[in-house]
Amino acid sequence: MARMTMIEAVRSAMDVSMERDDDVVVFGEDVGYFGGVFRCTQGLQAKYGKTRCFDAPISESGIVGTAIGMAAYGLKPCVEIQFADYMYPAYDQITQEAARIRYRSNGDFTCPIVLRMPTGGGIFGGQTHSQSPEALFTHVCGLKVVVPSNPYDAKGLLIASIEDPDPVMFLEPKRLYNGPFDGHHEKPVTPWSRHELGEVPEGHYSIPIGKAEIRRQGSAVTVIAYGTMVHVALAAVEEMGVDAEVIDLRSLLPLDLDTIVQSVTKTGRCVVVHEATLTSGYGAELAALVQEHCFYHLEAPIVRVTGWDTPYPHAQEWDYFPGPARVGRALAEVMEA
Amino acid sequence: MTEFPQLSLHVPEPAVRPGGMPDFSNVNIAKAGSVPRPEVDAASEDIRDLAYSIIRVLNRDGEAVGPWAGLLSDEELLTGLKHMMKLRAFDARMLMAQRQGKTSFYMQHLGEEAVSCAFRKALKKGDMNFPTYRQAGLLIADDYPMVEMMNQIFSNEMDPLRGRQLPIMYSSKEHGFFTISGNLATQYVQAVGWAMASAIKNDTKIAAAWIGDGSTAESDFHSALVFASTYKAPVILNIVNNQWAISTFQGIARGGSGTFAARGLGFGIPALRVDGNDYLAVYAVSHWAAERARRNLGPTLIEYVTYRVGAHSTSDDPSAYRPKTESEAWPLGDPVLRLKKHLIVKGVWSEERHVQSEAEILDEVIQAQKQAEVHGTLHAGGKPSVRDIFEGVYAEMPPHIRRQRQKAGY
Repeated sequence: MARMTMIEAVRSAMDVSMERDDDVVVFGEDVGYFGGVFRCTQGLQAKYGKTRCFDAPISESGIVGTAIGMAAYGLKPCVEIQFADYMYPAYDQITQEAARIRYRSNGDFTCPIVLRMPTGGGIFGGQTHSQSPEALFTHVCGLKVVVPSNPYDAKGLLIASIEDPDPVMFLEPKRLYNGPFDGHHEKPVTPWSRHELGEVPEGHYSIPIGKAEIRRQGSAVTVIAYGTMVHVALAAVEEMGVDAEVIDLRSLLPLDLDTIVQSVTKTGRCVVVHEATLTSGYGAELAALVQEHCFYHLEAPIVRVTGWDTPYPHAQEWDYFPGPARVGRALAEVMEA
Repeated sequence: MTEFPQLSLHVPEPAVRPGGMPDFSNVNIAKAGSVPRPEVDAASEDIRDLAYSIIRVLNRDGEAVGPWAGLLSDEELLTGLKHMMKLRAFDARMLMAQRQGKTSFYMQHLGEEAVSCAFRKALKKGDMNFPTYRQAGLLIADDYPMVEMMNQIFSNEMDPLRGRQLPIMYSSKEHGFFTISGNLATQYVQAVGWAMASAIKNDTKIAAAWIGDGSTAESDFHSALVFASTYKAPVILNIVNNQWAISTFQGIARGGSGTFAARGLGFGIPALRVDGNDYLAVYAVSHWAAERARRNLGPTLIEYVTYRVGAHSTSDDPSAYRPKTESEAWPLGDPVLRLKKHLIVKGVWSEERHVQSEAEILDEVIQAQKQAEVHGTLHAGGKPSVRDIFEGVYAEMPPHIRRQRQKAGY
């Protein structure tokens, strides 16, 4: 089996999809000739031609708006928003258009589009290249929201997203592009080639949207995470020596509630981890669901570990990023309670 | 002391407010037949004048004159007249139905009937409109059943949109009518995307984008022009300038550009300004633009100069922001009366036949309304199921929505 970075995995997903289906088109800022600022679309224009992979003007509302029109025609656009932080000009098109076209037309028109966007911090990107806006999407009915944590999932989930009949927000944690970053920024990152989830089939496969994966079995506490924080949580669990169960959500909307409920019912303790800001973050939804469904099994208050409620700073990046030490303290807190 | 004066902010005002005498003397109106008709492959920079003039075919005497005349047969014009009359009668009945509480909301076309009715003729089966809320003529002129429109307006048990959408926000893929959103300008750039898709697939279909004068100020309008220009998309970019954006006169959105059509010039998009109350001129110009698109020559921007005679919707009162008699002073007249006069002058129509036709059309509308009302109106009779709230958010209902539906008791 091939070894791929997450960049190669998402590229392979688009390649496989474009090969199988002429209706799949890829466009966005710098994605054509150059192949994208993170190189995710490298080679696609050369292989499939300029009308199936091309550069777009710097206009996110235009990129998403035209993608919606193309989907109404019958194409399956998979477009790149250069950074998740740049999606705001397209927010009207995403929330009031893409998300509602099926509903408001009673299925007369549909919107099978995918918006790929690099998300999260850890690359000294400052406040405009580090955001995690997933909660701004999970609050919108009609969207699906996917956040992979490794190359194998990234490819399978992206293929599933492209084949999905509804709009999918596909958030790619950019700090994971080259390896399973666990928050220890002072150490060199392990490349995906040395990680089992860097083994990716060359051909077509898909992973169903809405199914979580348990990354570590355990009985003492449940850690719910997604994206980069899955690896941070795994590192923290090992360092603390806690017998934690670590759930990688993979899909936030729809959510695999059954896996969460089963785990917390067993462990009685729960830590929710994400990089996005705390207040009204997706962790609030997770905490609410856990208490609704597992209240009588809980032995301690649910603890959230998240980015601070401030813009993402530049120089103080590692004091902002919820690294393994902070997750570790949360684990200790919830175990002592 | 500075050599410069203190700065002051310029806030444009319409020429006249309520209580004043309506005055359109500043509206520069070209003589019918006086604006040339360029070849469809003309470059934008060679026809700049067309963005500042007004293309007109029908003169004061009801004759069709000039290079844009002569495209439609008598029979087609009679059909066009009946479409406009039908739209007007439909509006009058639905406005009354709203007053009677049979629906929550309505938007009429009074004075603007020619724009959507004549435009529809320039499109073919399979082409796609991305309309705003004031282009129901696209459906009427394509013989979409009125009863279906009324079912939607009444949100009754036969509503094709299952009660989910505000009245008049129709959707019909079959009739080339993209689902109306209700928020503004978003559809403009979507139309460009649809047209790009048709070109990507080497298809022959074209798209039409619609927007009002007010919402050209939205960024999606500008995104649409950039994308249309860059990729030479086969799309007709329509701006319906009916002078008023609810209570805001068109000068607030237009700023210092002179005309809305002129917005196209900076993008290298051929831009034409047309008398929107002249059925023949609207058809001639939209046909010209459609031919450009079909020949892969790219987008065309058209500004239809018209006047919104009625209120913006059933939720506002125009007498609070403009003189009551302003519509009577509007120099481009009434589209129905102008086409009627033309057909009488041609000897193919008469006052008597017009009156008879009005009665027949009204009867047809009333019959459709009776048929729709059998299936309910907003607060009485059959209505969509509560189940319909939860269906269709996604192709497949996810577990959390299923749980909520069960909680609601369905």
